[in-house]
Amino acid sequence: MRLSEADSHALAGAPAPTYLEDGTTVMSWLNTRDHKRVAVLFLFSVIFFFFIGGVFALLLRFKLLQPGPFFVDAISYNRLFTLHGVVMIFLFLIPAIPSAFGNFVLPLMIGARDVAFPRINLLSWYLYWIGAVIAIWAMVHGGADTGWTFYTPYSSTSPTQVAPILLGAFILGFSSILTGLNFIVTVHTLRAPGLSWMRMPLFVWGLYATSIIQILATPVLGITLLVVTVERIGGFGLFDPARGGDPVLFQHMFWFYSHPAVYIMVLPAMGVISECVCAFSRKNPFGYRAIAFSSIGIAFVGFFTWGHHLFVAGQSTFIGGAFGILSMFVGIFTAIKVFNWVGTLYRGAISFKTPFAYICGFLYFLVFGGMTGIALATTSLDIHWHDTYFIVAHFHFIMVGASVMAFLAGLHYWFPKMFGRTYSEGWGLVAASLIILGFNATFVPQFLLGNFGMPRRYYQYPEHFQALNVASTAGATLLGFGFIIILIYLAIALRYGERSVPNPWGSKGFEWMTASPPPTHNFDEIPTITQMPHDYRTHEPPGVIRVA
Amino acid sequence: MGIPEGIIGHHFSSLARQNEAMRLGMWLFLATEILLFAGLFTGYAVYRFEFPLAFADGSRHLNLAAGTVNTVVLITSSFTVALAIHFARTDRPRAAAVCLVLTILMALAFLGIKAIEYTEHFHERALPGKFYAFKEVPIPGAAMFYSLYFLMTGLHGLHVVIGMSVLTWILWRTLQGRYSSRYYTGLELGGLYWHLVDLIWIFLYPLLYLI
Repeated sequence: MRLSEADSHALAGAPAPTYLEDGTTVMSWLNTRDHKRVAVLFLFSVIFFFFIGGVFALLLRFKLLQPGPFFVDAISYNRLFTLHGVVMIFLFLIPAIPSAFGNFVLPLMIGARDVAFPRINLLSWYLYWIGAVIAIWAMVHGGADTGWTFYTPYSSTSPTQVAPILLGAFILGFSSILTGLNFIVTVHTLRAPGLSWMRMPLFVWGLYATSIIQILATPVLGITLLVVTVERIGGFGLFDPARGGDPVLFQHMFWFYSHPAVYIMVLPAMGVISECVCAFSRKNPFGYRAIAFSSIGIAFVGFFTWGHHLFVAGQSTFIGGAFGILSMFVGIFTAIKVFNWVGTLYRGAISFKTPFAYICGFLYFLVFGGMTGIALATTSLDIHWHDTYFIVAHFHFIMVGASVMAFLAGLHYWFPKMFGRTYSEGWGLVAASLIILGFNATFVPQFLLGNFGMPRRYYQYPEHFQALNVASTAGATLLGFGFIIILIYLAIALRYGERSVPNPWGSKGFEWMTASPPPTHNFDEIPTITQMPHDYRTHEPPGVIRVA
Repeated sequence: MGIPEGIIGHHFSSLARQNEAMRLGMWLFLATEILLFAGLFTGYAVYRFEFPLAFADGSRHLNLAAGTVNTVVLITSSFTVALAIHFARTDRPRAAAVCLVLTILMALAFLGIKAIEYTEHFHERALPGKFYAFKEVPIPGAAMFYSLYFLMTGLHGLHVVIGMSVLTWILWRTLQGRYSSRYYTGLELGGLYWHLVDLIWIFLYPLLYLI
């Protein structure tokens, strides 16, 4: 048997090198089976695409400073909002938390040496890049102007590069499915002794619920995009009214994936927050079971809400009402979580570190975005707000306000775990304040604009909307500065940051049982778990190594 | 005969646990395959409801004999792949290999018959969507029937090709002596996949040829 570098160190009696030191060549990264390295590859990839998507957003907002034609022409504007949506959703939000942080900490949290299928895990990263490269190729060759929703019949006739973008999204779907499949099998078969389901960290519960959606919803998107592609190439006509097809069927099939996909973006974010809330208030989770089961509840009910995107697409009033009520169930499960997080914070020993700032932002944005979601699920109100900036503001509150805040909370919370370095806490808080302030300045005006009737995706708008649009663009600029500050101080920390102690937060999350950064094999011996996660009542470590 | 080297991953505590993981992984993957086809089945249901006459008429003009023979061929191939697993777990690798060869031959036969059918459609101009010019069924909705027919049988045919490739790879591993009563999970998973390909056809056959 060939010895890995880590094994030979162990044989020599020296402490095992960290996963970062176990092989330093490029190939040792590109051909790795280690879940931690795959996670780091994903982390850098999604951050790269986050900045690309962000540049598209800033260009859009820059155009919207003026009501008339300005800066870009109308077709480029259509391409910009399409690419902003496609990049942010398929290349950032969907993989961000599960594939980067999930891959890194899930095996650590359940006391495993790796995910169940390490090679498939690496394959998932390669599929991500194949999909991404196809999408980039399409962007360079003219992009698409359909919006990220690819509504037919326009998407089957648009002269832009819709087909390669659809193909890219199809391949990215495979990447997402394989990650979800890996996580479910890992949770079922690789939990350490003593780690019963009711002791699983809440982040693992969140990822488990996410994986169910990834497996059951993504294939439906796959076939839908495939049918649009053959429609473009071969004129099959399934969604083409000229050939007896029904374009609304596309909307049904598209949202059967794409609404649950919102929960692919939000459930892992909620999991990150569940971990951070406990760690930074030094309390066990209040209502552990309620938080865990509400994740499964959201995953389940999320499959029965897609019709709320079709309230004005000719759906019957009865079906609209039914979908509206079903959508409100998501609000109940989300509220259960919010109450439990607040219950956890209550009388906790709160340390106001950078991740905690993002927790505060997250809670506020999630409640605000969630409440407007309940309002939008009411058919009569939705008719007024449908396809206006009110919708844009609502889903940005959830996707940026909730998911990106949680991504940043996780990034700061696990940064010492992943890289063994500390970042500048002062700059962390400055950037967090800028981002939360900038976010409000960007999207609160959009709620107002939408309520006044400004439609989304329009190139021009009446002059009396200009003041609010300028405010929104100013906010987006602040937001952009905030992200650039984070990029700079984390890049500096990566190279010059002080060495971190193994558990800088004193967290009792299970992922902190091992060294930071962990050795390649995670644990010298698999621990036996003896506690609930985040049990701060004792000073005992959460897991013990029983020597037989 | 022991377990061949390199089968147990370093992160699994036992082979039994790893087998459990592999089986669960395969079943989850099969679930994604079913949902992939579910989109087309939904499309079929919607347009069958919309154009009942055209669909019934289109169905009458398919080659029923070819479809029936193909159904028998696929069901038999499912039987031979199940036999292959049985022979592998009772330490008869040569018999297992013979069964796998039979399965692959039947997969080829299926594709051959399908190709003959496709050729007929091309000659009759019974083609999907905008290329449709089949004189015997000129009513509205018939083009939609052929669109769905080509999409569903095409995607299924692609799965037959994938399944056949997987089985060929498994045949090679069987000939290397990898599967025995100690370890046969790889073969078992290939068999599972083949059963799914078969099962989807069992739904396609009545929907497209019989009703």
